[in-house]
Amino acid sequence: MSTRDWPLWEVFVRARRGLSHVHAGSLHAPDAEMALRNARDLYTRRGEGVSLWVVKASDIEASTPDERDPFFDPAADKIYRHPTFYDVPEGVEHL
Amino acid sequence: MTDRPLLDYTLGLADDALVSAQRMGWWISRAPELEEDVALANIGLDQLGQARTLLTYAGELEQEGRTEDDLAYLRDDREFRNVKLVERPMTDFGVAMARLLLFSTYQLHLYRALSASSDATLSGIAAKAVKEVTYHVDHATHWVLRLGDGTAGSHARMQVALDAEWPYVDELFTPLDPTLTRLVADPSALRDPVLTDVRRVVAEATLAMPEVAPALGGGRQGLHTEHLGHLLAEMQHLHRSHPGATW
Amino acid sequence: MSYHWYRGHVYGNDFGTDAPAQDGQAPAHDEQAFAALLADEDRIEPRDDMPEAYRKSLIRQIAQHAHSEIIGMQPEGNWISRAPSLRRKAILMAKVQDEAGHGLYLYAAAETLGVDRADLVDQLHSGRQKYSSIFNYPTLTWADVGAIGWLVDGAAITNQVPLCRCSYGPYARAMVRVCKEESFHQRQGFEILHTLSHGTTGQKAMAQDAVNRYWWPSLMMFGPPDDDSPNSARSMAWGIKRFSNDELRQRFVDMTVPQSEALGLTLPDPDLRWNDERGHYDYGDIDFTELFEVIKGNGPCNAERMAHKRGAHEAGAWVREAADAYADKHARRTEGAA
Ligand SMILES: [Fe+2]
Ligand SMILES: [Fe+2]
Repeated sequence: MSTRDWPLWEVFVRARRGLSHVHAGSLHAPDAEMALRNARDLYTRRGEGVSLWVVKASDIEASTPDERDPFFDPAADKIYRHPTFYDVPEGVEHL
Repeated sequence: MTDRPLLDYTLGLADDALVSAQRMGWWISRAPELEEDVALANIGLDQLGQARTLLTYAGELEQEGRTEDDLAYLRDDREFRNVKLVERPMTDFGVAMARLLLFSTYQLHLYRALSASSDATLSGIAAKAVKEVTYHVDHATHWVLRLGDGTAGSHARMQVALDAEWPYVDELFTPLDPTLTRLVADPSALRDPVLTDVRRVVAEATLAMPEVAPALGGGRQGLHTEHLGHLLAEMQHLHRSHPGATW
Repeated sequence: MSYHWYRGHVYGNDFGTDAPAQDGQAPAHDEQAFAALLADEDRIEPRDDMPEAYRKSLIRQIAQHAHSEIIGMQPEGNWISRAPSLRRKAILMAKVQDEAGHGLYLYAAAETLGVDRADLVDQLHSGRQKYSSIFNYPTLTWADVGAIGWLVDGAAITNQVPLCRCSYGPYARAMVRVCKEESFHQRQGFEILHTLSHGTTGQKAMAQDAVNRYWWPSLMMFGPPDDDSPNSARSMAWGIKRFSNDELRQRFVDMTVPQSEALGLTLPDPDLRWNDERGHYDYGDIDFTELFEVIKGNGPCNAERMAHKRGAHEAGAWVREAADAYADKHARRTEGAA
């Protein structure tokens, strides 16, 4: 009885102008056109969005937890990339 | 004094939407996929919303203090003004999509024209509905394409569905009462634009335009198929069992 | 009494034994990293290393939860065509639609654990996975729609709010979305009953009858008593479950009793009374043998619910196949044109 599923799509919603698209969830659809429409019906029916992206889940390349340390740890000690690293003399503004 | 032709016209649009929503509601929990349950519920809700504002306006036109619920629940089938297209059973997905294509394409052109009406209430209702119905046309189009140009089996089924709906298309274009021609959209003027749109989808879906004779109309005069009585019996039974109750 | 066969009768709750592995073999896994994440109250995310038992247990729980949302569409869907006003019809359609959405969000959460929705749906259809027993009760009158919203959605929310902090990220996020949408469900149910209980004599009787029938099954939704709930401790340790069955049930009773007074309806339990010492309402013994029977398949509507679900799935097969075929053709055409 098992039938092949329609492919899985990831849905990204822009809540309002000025904001980025944010991952909202996923759904199944036979193709991109239907995925977009299903996303509209499923993820914006309470007025949650003004723009939608759908991406086939299998097209997403993701970093793995194994790669976490070499990927992300080296960024941890570069504190000079953050403005709070620098001392600003009292009274200096707009800096 | 009640403008009877305008009231009947408004009831016609309202009943089309109401009866259609009633049929659409059946699909929630029965669609081919979960995503489609959600989509069809959205379409049914849009139609129900249209029906409610139109019935409320019909009540105002009638000037007898009847509410949307009085009109929906306390009229008999001979008083309903919907076309026969929407009242027949709709338990096959191919039929549902064929009918949605025909009906929503008709509604789209009708509401577009009506949004220019000098009747401010109707033009307001129509302008809002145009957006909703545009999406319904889009949804139906996408499905008719997929079913028509899908498998050999789905192609055959879709053709059967389209052929079965076709006799009821003619009634959509019933001419307007002559007293209304300057006020509202005339359905008989919509035949060409509606059929042009439908023909394009049918061709792209690799289907054939049906060559079947139109069924006799009469819905706008309250002459319906036997199906409407059953639909209303189900819809109205609870409301009528408790006269005067609030819900 | 033993409850080891007690599977999936509560949505958002879990009592079963593990289903057979869904796919592949368990990868070697780093106990310590997983334990550290749990200890920090950090979320586990899909591709993290996790114990196979945790993964399987989550799949089963989330799937059962999803199935419950979907089967739960039926008892209320039963009244869409007969809703007594157009306003109520619209609300009910939107509510039943939401439940389809909830099922969808949850299946998607389960899929992040490496299973396919189609397989989970097959397991529901073949009876290998269960859904909440509450949905095997019939909706005999319109007031049942109110009782389901007020009591069943109320119990579900009590269960689900803590799941928004569940250790598995995708499940927790799905629950956040679900809980946001649920809040209108309970209110509309309460409103239905409130209107009925302040309506005609016939309407009030209808409301009371519905509450009488749905009260005990709602309490059963929280599952067996804590001493008979074998997997609870493990689920708690894993951060999947935050409160015990009895704690949640008590919370629900405490919340609901004052609401019933506001409704002017009684709850069918002569032992229900405020206990000053405990600071909670006491309630009578729950007859779990009834639940037993319903879970075994002998409830009033088990066969109908499954027939409806399977029937819709089978009737839609040609549509799903057509859409696949169309997508394949068009992918080929686009490639050919490129
Ligand atoms: Fe739900
Ligand atoms: Fe709900």
